[in-house]
Amino acid sequence: MGLENNRIVKKFAALRAAGKQTLLPFITAGYPNLETTAAVLRELDGAGVGVCELGIPFTDPVADGPVIQASFTAALAAGVTTRGIFDVVRQFRRAGGELPLAAMVSYSIIFRHGVETFVNEAAEAGLDGLIVPDLPLDESAELERFAAGGGLALVLLIAPTTPAERRLEIARHSRGFIYYISVAGITGERTALPEQTLAAVAELRRHTDTPVCVGFGISNATTVREVWRAADGAIVGSAIVKRMEEHAGATPQEIAGVVGKFVRELMA
Amino acid sequence: MTTQLQSPGREGYFGPFGGQFVPETLRAALDQLTQEYHAAQADPAFAKEFDRCLREIAGRPSMLYYAGRLSEQVGGARIYLKREDLNHTGAHKINNTLGQVLLCRRMGKKRVIAETGAGQHGVATATAAAVFGLTCDVYMGAEDMRRQALNVFRMELMGARVVRVDSGQRTLKDATNEAMRDWMGSVAHTHYIIGSVVGPHPFPTIVRDFQSCIGREARSQMLQTAGRLPDVVVACVGGGSNAAGMFSPFIADKEVELLGVEAGGTGLSFGRHAASISCGRPGILHGSLSFVLQDEDGQTAPVHSISAGLDYPGVGPEHAWWHQMHRVRYTTCDDAAALQAVCTLSRAEGIIPALESAHAVSAAIQRAAELSSDKIVLICLSGRGDKDCNEIADLLAKVAKPAGATAKEGR
Repeated sequence: MGLENNRIVKKFAALRAAGKQTLLPFITAGYPNLETTAAVLRELDGAGVGVCELGIPFTDPVADGPVIQASFTAALAAGVTTRGIFDVVRQFRRAGGELPLAAMVSYSIIFRHGVETFVNEAAEAGLDGLIVPDLPLDESAELERFAAGGGLALVLLIAPTTPAERRLEIARHSRGFIYYISVAGITGERTALPEQTLAAVAELRRHTDTPVCVGFGISNATTVREVWRAADGAIVGSAIVKRMEEHAGATPQEIAGVVGKFVRELMA
Repeated sequence: MTTQLQSPGREGYFGPFGGQFVPETLRAALDQLTQEYHAAQADPAFAKEFDRCLREIAGRPSMLYYAGRLSEQVGGARIYLKREDLNHTGAHKINNTLGQVLLCRRMGKKRVIAETGAGQHGVATATAAAVFGLTCDVYMGAEDMRRQALNVFRMELMGARVVRVDSGQRTLKDATNEAMRDWMGSVAHTHYIIGSVVGPHPFPTIVRDFQSCIGREARSQMLQTAGRLPDVVVACVGGGSNAAGMFSPFIADKEVELLGVEAGGTGLSFGRHAASISCGRPGILHGSLSFVLQDEDGQTAPVHSISAGLDYPGVGPEHAWWHQMHRVRYTTCDDAAALQAVCTLSRAEGIIPALESAHAVSAAIQRAAELSSDKIVLICLSGRGDKDCNEIADLLAKVAKPAGATAKEGR
């Protein structure tokens, strides 16, 4: 089964055709509760973002900084589970939601559910892609096979520490888009983009037609625009989750409003 | 079967266990470490320098000791102790940190980081870093800093910085997360000295190899002292480094029974123990596939053990393989039995074992009691109990109170 009908693939094809760049917001699913996740998805669907990354809370996210860690801990303490998150996605699709969705999920969770089971349930719920930050190319063959079979785009990551030939190998296997990590480090807001990022992305794009999106440390409109000079999309996570944290006591609609407003500022 | 048991099939795998489930950012560093380790293994100068360090800094070889009074009390097999508690810094951990610091120097890195539970690995890392003039940061859970205040002081005295970890359960697993996060951003100039046979390849292999001096010495010491191999070898298993170091040279000796002892905590129900092999199932934690304690959604389970060094929801992938191949039998010892074993060994032999090692002592006493006096049980006494004395005193006071109350009622 090919990925011609995959929402992520179609979205980037349309963006490329229009010569446009996009924003990929990350939110922690189930934070501060699942109702908020549902409300934020509806809000983002109307805001014209490219792909929403739904972070599945995990007890031990080694690639994440304090903001996302704290949101994971809070969501888990509130009893959020993967199946609960899939239910929210399913309802969003039933209500006509067309926003491309990629789950950002630890391989610990996928493996425990069983690779095939997880992929099937994610696809059935209406997810379009998987980003697995602790699964390097060398260990990803099984997931790659099942994801392709289930119509899910398995997005692979490239780091500043990745050697040149390996970057191309990762690029060949990545589906939907390629996630370029701008800094060797964990997620979290940083004031500026490392100098070599844009050159690295430009070099990568000379060798691949797969869209390239840049994440880690992007937190304001200036950096987003800078990323857009070279990449197809900018991924913003901690800056959004931090705003959700600041309004954690508010209603789902209010939090969705805060996220929507911030996302529109980033894309302005 | 022997070769199958001893060498990983696909590089970095022990049967189906092991691997490198890490963020892409760390992949290059793991490759570099693997290459450097292969180069070091092929370099006689490295082996010579490591031997010198083990001798002059760690104080090896460690003694093999016949625990005569303990054996008599138990009334079964003869019990021998491999005295890793007599090493410099008080535990087996120094074997690994000296080896890894030498690797770190070969790679030209100037800073080391480590995670620590009981603080023994942190102290051993701080020591090795001081010896070679490296900057050293040790991540330690807030709860463990409380339980092991003396070790925090020792690390700081030797110039290391102890970084307090307040996330999760504030114990070893969370300290490991923080150390990995540090490494994500510092990988260009920093080496991460993992303290056990856990984590992504090549760590489980490197740490096992550096710790295998324990088993190699013990094996030849047994042959020298008793003229034969032991019938049973017992070691405690948290991540499993002292056990891996003790067991690996005995793996090919099929007649030798190998017994790994996990932390049974306060009972074998969810969240009350740290017995990953006995109660867990295959899963991924901290970069490798092994037995882990998780809930059904794949979230790491809360764990408990009286001993900070065993308080970990995973275990080295090679142990998972030995378990699956039925080469090593894994059992558990609960908090109360470990505490009891501390008292028993202290009184019988004048040796105060670490709470971790007490788990092995307890299970070994049980096993020895089932055997006749012509049999030999060898215990890896992985560390000394000085660090635990405050904790042990508190725990014994708690145990004594209700016991005293019962005695009064009896009167």
